[in-house]
Parts: sequence; structure tokens; C-alpha cells
Amino acid sequence: MESFDWTQLLDYALMAMLLAVGVAIVRLRNLFAAVMLMGVYSLLSAAWFVSLDAVDVAFTEAAVGAGISTVLMLGAMLLTAREAEPVKAGRHWAALAVVLATGAALFFAIGDMPAYGDPNAPANAYVGLDYIIRTPQEIAVPNVVTAVLASYRGFDTFGETVVIFAAGLGVMLLLGFGGKKPKKEGGE
Amino acid sequence: MIELLAERFNFIIVIILMMTGLYAVIATGNLVKRLVGLSLFQTSVFLLYITMGKVFGGQPPILPEYGGGHGEGYGDEGAHGTGDAAHAAAGDAAHAAEGVLQQAADALTDPVASTQAHAVLDGADGVGQAIYSNPLPHVLILTAIVVGVATLSVGLALVVRIRESYGTIEDEAINSADYAVDRGEAGR
Amino acid sequence: MNPHLVLRVVSKLLIPIIVIFGFYVHFHGDYSPGGGFQAGVIIASAVILYALIFGMGAAREAVPAWFVRAGSAVGVLIYGGTGFVTWLLGGNFLSYDMLDPESTHHAGQHLGIILVELGVLTTVFSVMVVIFYTFASRAPDIPEEEW
Repeated sequence: MESFDWTQLLDYALMAMLLAVGVAIVRLRNLFAAVMLMGVYSLLSAAWFVSLDAVDVAFTEAAVGAGISTVLMLGAMLLTAREAEPVKAGRHWAALAVVLATGAALFFAIGDMPAYGDPNAPANAYVGLDYIIRTPQEIAVPNVVTAVLASYRGFDTFGETVVIFAAGLGVMLLLGFGGKKPKKEGGE
Repeated sequence: MIELLAERFNFIIVIILMMTGLYAVIATGNLVKRLVGLSLFQTSVFLLYITMGKVFGGQPPILPEYGGGHGEGYGDEGAHGTGDAAHAAAGDAAHAAEGVLQQAADALTDPVASTQAHAVLDGADGVGQAIYSNPLPHVLILTAIVVGVATLSVGLALVVRIRESYGTIEDEAINSADYAVDRGEAGR
Repeated sequence: MNPHLVLRVVSKLLIPIIVIFGFYVHFHGDYSPGGGFQAGVIIASAVILYALIFGMGAAREAVPAWFVRAGSAVGVLIYGGTGFVTWLLGGNFLSYDMLDPESTHHAGQHLGIILVELGVLTTVFSVMVVIFYTFASRAPDIPEEEW
């Protein structure tokens, strides 16, 4: 951190907005507003992902978080309720106690974590660097993320694909396969 | 202490965001709101991973068109017709790249020396002239986002089914309906 | 008769571009950010946009329910099948170099990555559209006036 990195200001601005939106989501009782703010939250985190060099992740988060999952939550909300009951006082304090205890424990562990942006951090120094070094020779694909995703960790991605398929199957089994009942067709 | 925390501000912000989501999961009785809180928590975990993979001065892990040993590959596909110059350089660059790979691998064995590995990468023609952020968290989170939306929709489908059977999505009302059935009072 | 004329015209223009962009993201995923996951979601969002603007009936005619239902399984089969082919060619499961062993520049890797990403694309696209269809084809039992 010899020279001041001006993109850090962008990071701070995004973090402040993320915090504001997160608190607003928790406090809102109107589910429609909460779901829409969840989309905003996803979009903000996607913006931060770009600043953190994770362009692929930002791409996915913007498409999934701000797009599809908002639509799905709105669809589910349309089938359920529009307004949440207010939080009861006892529950509020109990939740606050749990959250503060967990947060304090996690906060206590911060000292053991590597500093932000440290190239020597264990996460950055071994396997991640190895992928970058080997990809040109072994896979010959410029986008290292694609190389790791589809080739080095192909098994992993196969499992993820099966999980997505299983999730789709689960939704179909829970809500019916759709299309067989013409009476519900052509909804607005 | 302040410096220690200032170097790890990403963890502080992520912990606060995670606890915001956790509070929403515990405190609210509305099932849709709970799922919103759960995705808030999930997105914060994504942020945790991605901030850990950031390297100061890094670039997105997309290698430049390394014109060396793989120039013909791109020539074939017509997208990157770097042409004969690439072919001519192929042999030399392949040798150089192998040497660099060996050096970098040596450096990897010593955690303190991994900055060296980054420095080696700087000079490696076959790899690129830059520092890259760690691609591994990107890969993990990329798949997790899409799996996350698939599993979220399973949760939403369950909520829709609960709404259809119980007529409510507030957990206390669901509980009292269950107790009523247990006591044989229910008219359902 | 048609209160959403602007939306209809604009989305009619946009939807083909969104689909083409989705395929670009998929096939250019080796060189730039992108890949099967993103492409699947983008193409699915084009279908969802179509359904939101033109109604579920039109969307079901354009992309039938049986198609996406089959597609979600076919994608997994394409992925697993790629692994199985490399197996039959004598390599390990998903060792793409076996697809083109003579290549000096890892053409097999390129081919394998595109193939498995195609499987991912098919599954992700189909599952997203299936989920949207199943949610959308349930009529809400809350009257519209409650909004």
C-alpha cells in the first residue's frame, strides 16, 4: 500500500451502500420492497466483484442475483403474502443476542486471517497461483476461471450441474410439472 | 490493533453483512422474508470468498493472448490470427515458459517466497506481464451462485406449498395450526 | 387493448439480441468472462422476459414445457457423456486431451471445455425456465385488489 489506490474509495462507497441496503432489507416489512432491495443488494455486490477482479463472478451475480432470483422471489411472493408480520420484541432480543454473540466470535477470529490483498496469503500463494502458472501450458485457455471450472475441477462442476438438475426436479415435484392442466394456462 | 483491523476491513464488513442476514433468518417469522435473509447471508459469504482471493495490484485472471507456444491454436480458430510471427516464436517461448514454470514451482514450496513467484510471473512471457487475482475462489463462487438460486427456488416452492396447505407463511401461525391438529381441535 | 405497446416493441427488439449475447458469452467463454452458467442464465432471462411481456401462453408456444423438462436432463447427459467418451478413448473421466491426442495446442481441451459448458448451458437454461414456468403457471389465490 505504498501509493494510495483510488479504487479503494469505490470499494468503501460500495460497502456503505451494501450495509445500508442490508439493514433496510431486514427492517422492511413489505415483502415486495424487501425482494426488490435484494436485487439491488445483488447488483451492488456484483459491482464490488468487478472491483475485486472477479469479473466472471460479477457477471453471474448480476444475471442471477439481480435477474432470475428476483423474478422467482416475486413469483413466489405473488403466490403467498405481501406483508410480513412485525417482529415480536422477545424474538427481536433473542435474535440480536445470538447475532451479537456469533458476530463477536467471528470478529475475534479476524486477527488470524490474512490481510486484504496480501499476495502471500495461504489462499493466494499455493493452489490458486499454481492454476495461473499451469493453465497456459496444460489447458491453453486464456480465461483461467473457465480452465479451472471446466477442466481442472470438471468433476466439481459436474456435481454442481447435477445439483441444479436435482433442484429443478424438486421444484417440479413440489409444484407439479405444469402444462398438463390447461385451466391455469395463459396467466397474465 | 487499529492497523490490524484496517488491513482486514473486508472481514469486518462481511461479518456485519452476514450477521444482518442471520438476524433476518432468526428474528422474522415470515418464511419468504427468511429466505430473503438467507440469500443476504449467502451473498455475504460470496463476498468473503472473493475478497480473500483479491491480490493488491492484481488483474482479473484472464491471461493475455500469449503469442508463444499456442499461437497456432488461436490461428486455427480464426479468432486470434496472430499469424506467422507467433509460429516463429513458438519454440523459444515454450522453452522460456517451461523454465519459468519450474522457477515458479520452486518458489511455491516456500510460502515467504511466493512474492518471488509473482515476480517471476511478471517476467514470464508465456504467462503474462501482470499479477492476477486468485482464480480459485472465483470458480467456487461462480458455481455456488447458480446452485444457490436453484436451491432458493426449492425453498420458495416449499413455501408456496406451505401457503397452500396452511393458508399462512408466518411460522407461529403454522405452529399453532399444527398444535391444533395434535389436540384434535382442527377442522381441517 | 394493448397497454404495454412500448414494452412489447422494445422487448421484441431486445430478446433476439439477448439470446445472441448469451451464445456469444458461451462460445467466447474461453477468452473472456463467461461460460455455460452465465450463458444459460442469460438465455433463460430472455425467455422469462418474453413470458412477462407476452404472457405465459405465448412463451409456452415458443419454448414448450416438455422441451425444457427434457433439456434439464439432457444437459447433465451431455456433461456426463463427454466424460464417458474420454473414458472410451482410453483416458480418465473428463480428461479432454483424449478428444484430440495428436494436437500440440490442446485442441482437445478446447473441445472438451466447450462440450461440457454446453451441457451446463442446457441444464441451467432449462432448469431456470422450468422453475419459472412452474411458479408462473400456478394462479395466485390472492385477489389482485390486495396489491
